[in-house]
Amino acid sequence: MNKPVAEAPSASARSAADLPTQVPGFDRRHLLTTAQMAAFVSEGFLRFDALVPAELCNALMAELNDGLYRPYETEGADWEAIWPEPLAAGRIFRMPEVHGIIESLVGPHPRYDHHCPHLRTGPDNGHQGLHQDAEFDPRPSGFDIQVSFFPHDIGPEHGGTMFVPGSHFRRVHESEIGRYQNVLGQVQTVCKAGTLVFWHADLWHAGRANRTATERYMFKLRLNPMVRQLKLWNTDDLHDPAVIAGVKKVLKRGQPWFGQQNRIETMNRVRLWRELTGDPTFDLNMYWTRTGNAPQAGYRPVR
Amino acid sequence: MPTAPAISTAGLRQKLLFLYLANTDLHAAVVAWSTFDGTSNDRPEMDDPDPPYATGVAAMRDGWRVIQVSPLQRPPAGQEFELGYLKHEVILEKLEPVPTEKEVSA
Repeated sequence: MNKPVAEAPSASARSAADLPTQVPGFDRRHLLTTAQMAAFVSEGFLRFDALVPAELCNALMAELNDGLYRPYETEGADWEAIWPEPLAAGRIFRMPEVHGIIESLVGPHPRYDHHCPHLRTGPDNGHQGLHQDAEFDPRPSGFDIQVSFFPHDIGPEHGGTMFVPGSHFRRVHESEIGRYQNVLGQVQTVCKAGTLVFWHADLWHAGRANRTATERYMFKLRLNPMVRQLKLWNTDDLHDPAVIAGVKKVLKRGQPWFGQQNRIETMNRVRLWRELTGDPTFDLNMYWTRTGNAPQAGYRPVR
Repeated sequence: MPTAPAISTAGLRQKLLFLYLANTDLHAAVVAWSTFDGTSNDRPEMDDPDPPYATGVAAMRDGWRVIQVSPLQRPPAGQEFELGYLKHEVILEKLEPVPTEKEVSA
């Protein structure tokens, strides 16, 4: 049974900058912390285990099995208008805890890009090839996010989404990385029902084979920012020296697959952190400070 | 002048091993890997937590023959800090006979 979802107005019909930054009564405690943002910049994803209550998980599963969520519907619509009450997806993604994470990453009033319920009927032995979604992402700054929601328990044999931490700065062409079967440090999702993974849309990932005799769902949502991604999280602690020391430690955290490119990966993290904080002086190991040093002032020795 | 004896590849099929190393040295650590087996109809098993060999040379010592390594290329000016595909790719092969049905079912 396919029930049509109400047509949503286009996000381009109004300017996000003209809208209130946060919904009335929104509790800022639901925004990400500076430490969490640093982890997102470093690894390219944040995972929140069993954040969504079982009642909503079960409601979404029932609606998925009823065929209510056709993928890619209403692309480009206002995010707030997607999945109106009482649809479970709307209730899940507008939970204050979820709303706060989304707003921290892409700001208020993001644009709905698309969603897709990924269903894998087991048992099968076909791993999906590693890929980056959509097309080449040539943007010099800014990023989309994708949210993977797991409405039921995902065991090791379910083939939950595999991510390559730290791969989001790599500019590659979609599934051309399918040649890479194993990358040291890759993480396959094994989780309890209600778990959400918020990830940079350029992160390398793949679904793995579902070796069980059951169906495995992963509900994916993509959102575009409609404002500049500048200090959107709870930045109350941004000038705390202890917090910044922690940020530096996290941004230096390497991945086992980086190899010789480890320093360049660090530089790309610094570049994104500068954009997100509006601080062009932030640096690690003086990498950008050194490479950007080209003094022009003349020097006349005293004789 | 002595010549190397001809090696017959009749009845043999190719197995490929792709290794991605931490740097250009074939002694460097393997950071990613793939296998493609022309002797089998099975899809490759993935998600092994450990690479099949610690280094490129370790694979060579186990009989894998290197057939291609990535060339050293400096990035275009202005793109020194842009990253894309994995570098330091080493492609190795083995030639092996196709298993008989009896050997497969054993």
